[in-house]
Amino acid sequence: MPLSEKDVDHVARLARLEITPEDRALYQKQLNAILDHAAGLAGLDVQAVPPTAHILPLNNVWRTDLIQPGLTREEALANAPDKAKGCFRVPKIIE
Amino acid sequence: MELHELTLTQAAKRLAGKELSSVELTRASLARIEALEPRVHAFVTVDAEGALKAAQAADERRAKGESGPLLGIPLALKDNLSTRGLRTTCSSKMLENYVPPFDASVVSTLRKAGAVVLGKTNLDEFAMGSSTENSAFGATHNPWDCTRVPGGSSGGSAAAVAAGFGFGALGSDTGGSIRQPASLCGVVGLKPTYGRVSRYGLVAFASSLDQIGPFGRTVEDAATLSQVIDGHDTMDSTSVALAVPDYAKTLKAGVKGLKVGLPKEYFVGGIAPEVAEAVRKAVANLESQGASVREVSLPHTEHCLSVYYLLATAEASSNLARFDGVRYGFRAPAPSLVPQYMRTRAQGFGPEVKRRIMLGTYALSSGYYDAYYKRAQQVRTLIARDFEAAFKEVDLIATPTSPTTAFRLGEKADDPLTMYLSDIFTISINLAGVPALSLPCGFDAKGLPIGLQLIGRAFEEGTLFAAAHAYETAHEWKDKRPNLAA
Repeated sequence: MPLSEKDVDHVARLARLEITPEDRALYQKQLNAILDHAAGLAGLDVQAVPPTAHILPLNNVWRTDLIQPGLTREEALANAPDKAKGCFRVPKIIE
Repeated sequence: MELHELTLTQAAKRLAGKELSSVELTRASLARIEALEPRVHAFVTVDAEGALKAAQAADERRAKGESGPLLGIPLALKDNLSTRGLRTTCSSKMLENYVPPFDASVVSTLRKAGAVVLGKTNLDEFAMGSSTENSAFGATHNPWDCTRVPGGSSGGSAAAVAAGFGFGALGSDTGGSIRQPASLCGVVGLKPTYGRVSRYGLVAFASSLDQIGPFGRTVEDAATLSQVIDGHDTMDSTSVALAVPDYAKTLKAGVKGLKVGLPKEYFVGGIAPEVAEAVRKAVANLESQGASVREVSLPHTEHCLSVYYLLATAEASSNLARFDGVRYGFRAPAPSLVPQYMRTRAQGFGPEVKRRIMLGTYALSSGYYDAYYKRAQQVRTLIARDFEAAFKEVDLIATPTSPTTAFRLGEKADDPLTMYLSDIFTISINLAGVPALSLPCGFDAKGLPIGLQLIGRAFEEGTLFAAAHAYETAHEWKDKRPNLAA
């Protein structure tokens, strides 16, 4: 299934990545080359094979519901590119 | 012998015998770094002040009667391991000025053991790459030939150990990122069993594949580091609550009676002849020491690269979604939020990272999920089963670590697929979750190191260390040093 330029734009939007027309052409070429290589997987019989999401037989690893100390507000804000009134500041979200 | 030529084990003995102080050792490491860093560029950040403070503290602890294998030992840490108060960049513009408010679990474990952190080593950005050329802060140079790559993504850590910048290092391995640079830099590197070492504080690339592991000049050095960092951690729900064996106890067990497998699918075209020859000789040596060798089959080998580049990139696209310029890291301002995300991520990430995010996003997107992501997960099951079946017949599997020795800087830059093929022998191991180690097994005609990879059953790192140690002590590779006149 070759990627069209429209597909590249759609994926870039999903990934929240701004791309230039040069990027679009380059990604199309490079991603198609990788996907061509991956086409070999289509020929395998995987009908009865369960997918492996995770290699260890671990499920629902719980801990006791006890409150533990976390980051202080100062620590949490220390790397903020922009902050105000004890919060992270971002541009307008809703029109 | 110069201080930097000591192995970690030798340095620890001298500290224990009070022949040396940690401050002296640390000063020697820092001096060597200062003299040779312009040529090697193994580090993103050198923390001389912090290192000397830690060295002082270690000497004080020893004066009070404390001891331990890492007490006062200078180490280097890959710059995707969170270090509290010390800049952690992942070699990305995105985190150029990010200072973590916490230590990774392995880092606090090392600090508790009294280790001295010299600084943070260079990597391919966000651990994505096989040459360390994808660092946003410049490439690292192979100490054996400064026109060549050290491998990647943990190139800085491998180069640091090879160059004598400290006595050991930690890296991370998702598709070969410890083992391949270990091979190219002529040092020992281990990727532990998935779940053996806590990932808490390792900046995540692919959560079902990532593992932190040691680099050492010798197998014993690597085993010493593993002994300290292995173990369950409540902060990482994917870490396993299994007791850690005593690696020192079994280190000298030898290989008598051990069955070694050579996977026939790995010894097809594409391996440099000198690499194939060195690995063949290495396996013959194990045989002469009492191991038996036979051919095994890992039938789904040819699909490993595709499976990896679908699963790892899919997981990465999810893990790197957090880098949005809101709470930390780089921000490219825009008048509204979604454009700010898009601009921040376009400018903050390098080309390889963006390429992988694009590929992973596509593989997970509606309409393609079943054909790509789910199918790759199913083939992953087949790959894991290949290893299970092989390990019913043998105890260890031997392969070259890398198909070639170190290539020149810039040589593979233009074609991502060519770069991806550097990982062809290491990738399957991460998919199967088993442990694997790379150790030096010779040099090619250009004087470049060649690596032997040994793969073991899950949680049998002890067997890997024993076999590697048996091979190592029968050879003089570990005594060779790169020609880096200070």
